[in-house]
Amino acid sequence: MSSEWDRQLDHARLHFVSGKGGAGKTTAAASLALALATGGRRVLLVEVEGRQGLAQLFDTPPLEYSERRLAAAPGGGEVKALAIEAEAALLEYLAMYYSLGFAGRTLRKMGAIEFATTLAPGLRDVLFTGKIKECVRRTDSNGRYSYDAVVVDAPPTGRIVKFLDVTRAMADLARMGPIHGQSEDVVALLHSSDTVVHLVTLPEQLPVRETLETVDELAAADLRPGAVLLNRARPARLATRSVSAAADGRVDASRIRGGLESAGLDWDDEVLDGLVAETVEHATRASAELSAREQLHGTGLPSLDLAEYVDGIDVAALYELAEELVARGVGGNG
Amino acid sequence: MNDRPGPERLDVDALVDDPETGIVVCCGSGGVGKTTTAAALGLRAAARGRKVVVLTIDPARRLAQALGLAELDNRPRRVELGPEVPGELHAMMLDMRRTFDDMVLAHAGRERARQILDNPFYQTVSTSFSGTQEYMAMEKLGQLTAEEEWDLIVVDTPPSRSALDFLDAPQRLSTILDGKLIRMLASPARAGGKGLRKIVGAGFGVFAKAVSTVVGHQLLADAAAFVQAFDSTFGGFRERAAHTYRLLRSPGTRFLVVAAPEPDALREASYFVERLSAESMPPAGLVANRTHPVLADLPAARAVSAAEELESEGNSPLAASVLRLHADRVAVAEREKRLLARFTRAHPEVELVGVPAMPHDVHDLAGLTEIGERLAG
Repeated sequence: MSSEWDRQLDHARLHFVSGKGGAGKTTAAASLALALATGGRRVLLVEVEGRQGLAQLFDTPPLEYSERRLAAAPGGGEVKALAIEAEAALLEYLAMYYSLGFAGRTLRKMGAIEFATTLAPGLRDVLFTGKIKECVRRTDSNGRYSYDAVVVDAPPTGRIVKFLDVTRAMADLARMGPIHGQSEDVVALLHSSDTVVHLVTLPEQLPVRETLETVDELAAADLRPGAVLLNRARPARLATRSVSAAADGRVDASRIRGGLESAGLDWDDEVLDGLVAETVEHATRASAELSAREQLHGTGLPSLDLAEYVDGIDVAALYELAEELVARGVGGNG
Repeated sequence: MNDRPGPERLDVDALVDDPETGIVVCCGSGGVGKTTTAAALGLRAAARGRKVVVLTIDPARRLAQALGLAELDNRPRRVELGPEVPGELHAMMLDMRRTFDDMVLAHAGRERARQILDNPFYQTVSTSFSGTQEYMAMEKLGQLTAEEEWDLIVVDTPPSRSALDFLDAPQRLSTILDGKLIRMLASPARAGGKGLRKIVGAGFGVFAKAVSTVVGHQLLADAAAFVQAFDSTFGGFRERAAHTYRLLRSPGTRFLVVAAPEPDALREASYFVERLSAESMPPAGLVANRTHPVLADLPAARAVSAAEELESEGNSPLAASVLRLHADRVAVAEREKRLLARFTRAHPEVELVGVPAMPHDVHDLAGLTEIGERLAG
């Protein structure tokens, strides 16, 4: 059993970050990229859903289909960003094998490329993972990898296994040709120890259940689950031993009243009732959170908390979250 | 309970009681609780005497069980509510593939239907096309409406990244499948569109070759055969999509936009509201789902300083904890109010109701009833 980030995860070079919609995938992917870049490494952060979530998070102009510096990491590290579009990726492929030139632009205008990716739905995913593979394997003139790690803000848990199942997607496509030729390399990379899939979830019943199901699906598809990132972890205000009693509605109002009086607060019955009701709700959530954590613990996967930022996530918060991850061992600097 | 910054509070009971309301569409981005809201709304309407069917798209397992939807048979099933309930609640879960099959079988002659169903490309379209789920949700909605059996149809929308997909996906799908491109690519030699070829120039030959290298010649041929068979039966995808779209624009159809009090979800809700208004389908209101209103009237700063005092004296740890969790809650509630106020400033005309979060997951009718009460305020 291990609930810390382990060394093996640091050896992975390709990190997919998936999770339930609304759980904070993009925030987690960005924090992870910063954490992995800490100490001087070069990390590429990739967006595949065209949402421009990363640009909003880092408060920069929209990302494009070209790698560009997004942020500096402590210790001389660097995070670059890339938004992969199916259209641009397909044109890039075709240009490698056919001289499309001017025609490419015209076809783009006609929507011909959207047409091709719609006709063969698997094509889109194949183009995404193909481009990601190219980034992971790219080397500079010294034979050194261009990126120490690539972090992908990946599709949500409902679609992630399908997204990574390149073999199945290829069944839709021609049995020959350029894309088919390189898909074997992509499959090899995705199923190797170079690749891990992290899952972002919330410390609540349903999201955790969905996470556990995804862990099983990943394993069944021979893909490697990485860490579970518990987003919006709230401070536990009640002692663990009083949580279950309070969750059952057993809150000692007279002790609260005594405390309010000794602190010199004005209170009336309405305030006291309100505080008791808030305490019961807090305890109900805390108790669900405790059992969710236990269930996650049972998977043996490392699980890391990302603190809740009540006023929303800004760039400063991302660096704090990254620092937290580094302190928990991410990037091997902990 | 419901702090609302806006001018008007959405009256959900008036909405479902109105005999003119025939369809309520619950839309919003993924993960905001659309399906639960749709189910709770349907249950409330039934309790108020209407004969309701709820069309869910992809319910969580326990919610499906609460509605008795263990079996997926693509038909509404009655939910047992007890004799004291004046109305009726029926619920169903969309089976995309089956709805598509039924549509083909109902409209095409036997031979033509075989042609369509046996086409390998049909397998792809009916199961894995993006947009098919939205398309079939509309198709099913059309069927339920045609039955003229329901006072009220409550529709959940597919779990997509964007709320707009519900409106756009069927149209996008039909544009692709109706287009000249598919004909030209399938048989470029025969395609009569000389004009088009002229515009594209020599690039077209290259592209056609490239596309068929990528997706395979067989797939293109299958696709073309499929589209041809489909066209002669349905007058094309576009016509079919336009038909169901008209239903959404009829006055009896009301849109409820569901959002969590989070920036992303509210941004999506904003886009959607703007889009609905632009299409002259003004939304009935916004459901701000899972809010955390403050229950005790005590300023956060005072709670924190009192907690500090108690902690420094080592006095009454329970009261100190309670004051801390109250201060946390005030901070969350303030943030939610700020976010909703921002939405209301941009869309002052949209009525809004906040639905306080349930402290635990909802997986039975009692829970849905409680949410219905919170919805009604």
